[in-house]
Amino acid sequence: MDSELEEILKNENIDVLKCMQCGVCSASCPSGRHMTLNVRKLVRRASNKEFDFDEDDLWMCTTCYTCQERCPRKIRIADAILAIRSKAVSEGFIKSQHRDVARMLIETGHAVPINQENIDKREKLGLGRLPATVASRDQALDDVKKLLVSCGFDMLVENDSNE
Amino acid sequence: MTKMALFLGCIVPNRYPGIEKATDLCLERLGIDCIELEDASCCPAPGVFRSFDKATWLTIAARNISLAEKLDRDILTICNGCYGSLNEANAQLKEQPQLRKKVNEHLRKIGFEFRGQIRIRHIIEFLSEEPGPEQIREMVTNPLSLRVAVHYGCHMIKPSEHRIIDSVERPHFFDELVEATGAESVDYADKNECCGAGGGVRSGLHEKSLEMAGYKLSIIDEAGIDCIVDACPFCHMQFDSGQAELNDLKGTEYRIPVLHYTQLLGLAFGYTPQDLGIDLNITVDENLTHLWS
Repeated sequence: MDSELEEILKNENIDVLKCMQCGVCSASCPSGRHMTLNVRKLVRRASNKEFDFDEDDLWMCTTCYTCQERCPRKIRIADAILAIRSKAVSEGFIKSQHRDVARMLIETGHAVPINQENIDKREKLGLGRLPATVASRDQALDDVKKLLVSCGFDMLVENDSNE
Repeated sequence: MTKMALFLGCIVPNRYPGIEKATDLCLERLGIDCIELEDASCCPAPGVFRSFDKATWLTIAARNISLAEKLDRDILTICNGCYGSLNEANAQLKEQPQLRKKVNEHLRKIGFEFRGQIRIRHIIEFLSEEPGPEQIREMVTNPLSLRVAVHYGCHMIKPSEHRIIDSVERPHFFDELVEATGAESVDYADKNECCGAGGGVRSGLHEKSLEMAGYKLSIIDEAGIDCIVDACPFCHMQFDSGQAELNDLKGTEYRIPVLHYTQLLGLAFGYTPQDLGIDLNITVDENLTHLWS
């Protein structure tokens, strides 16, 4: 296994080497029904040195957690997928759509920010024009932005494997 | 009854404000001591942000949690994603002192501290525990005669660690709350299957994500129901807006009303679909109003 990935999974207390390749995960996977994601093979690739971090399959998991609930070896599979994704992201493999969502958080403090259509809907319902979240609180939004910088999230999001 | 602070998240206030209104009306009617958690941000969403960077995900979640700690109130979520994120972050930060120390170093820069003093509740789990379905049934003024497809959504029940649920494979606590309104919860195949939106799939692989929603919609449609009832605005958006997209893309003719539980309960309390913003959905059934009038 990639030593850095091994470290990440170890820190998360996830032992993919316990996998006996029974396939309960794949049989339970809704993404596997509709896409090419094969969780059993993904866990195997994570255990061996065969992982390509640019693979699309990694992003087909909806994190429904059914595999993790049913795994007879109690491997935290969905959590492992999230950990492997973060390694892929740190290497700059980020889908443009996901980068857009991340930029939205950096800019507005919301992954899905308010727009005019929904300001109108809020007014029609007799709600405040803007919700009492960071959407209408400058100081609160400023705090969130400070935290994102402190965590280096802005740098991470602009990291691109193609550059 | 526990004092609560309502966490709005992103999709409810910014895409489906009817759910915000319905929640306000229901909590008021139920006499629950709940105030809005002001200054909150994105939870942040588990799919993209937890995938990207765990430290960022934990830190932003911890800020939201400490806003409620300052008020000495538990957080009430009306979204499975917010619940999943905040509940998991809360549990990890309570259990792992090293992690908490690291997160608090970031929070100190804005004068915040995670102390680990409150609980994160999902409105369905909360209403099941206190006041409970029997009390809700007694408070209903306009019992509904509707056939309902209940959609739990994944992160209300999974992972089962750190959650209070009756069963992962065959949960029924949500069905009981739905039936407390007089409606009938109709069983259907693959009821607990994912809507296909989570994990960044809706944004990253949109067409495939719609295909997953289409699979569930096709089964639900065959079950002969009046509406879908969910408890997550992301599943809600996936089914409501997804129907319109599928109708355009695949020539289907879905017209299934999609309601958040608070909107269903609001109807059973005598509020109109307009009061509850049900008419502001993308998929609007013209027969909707007459169904429960």
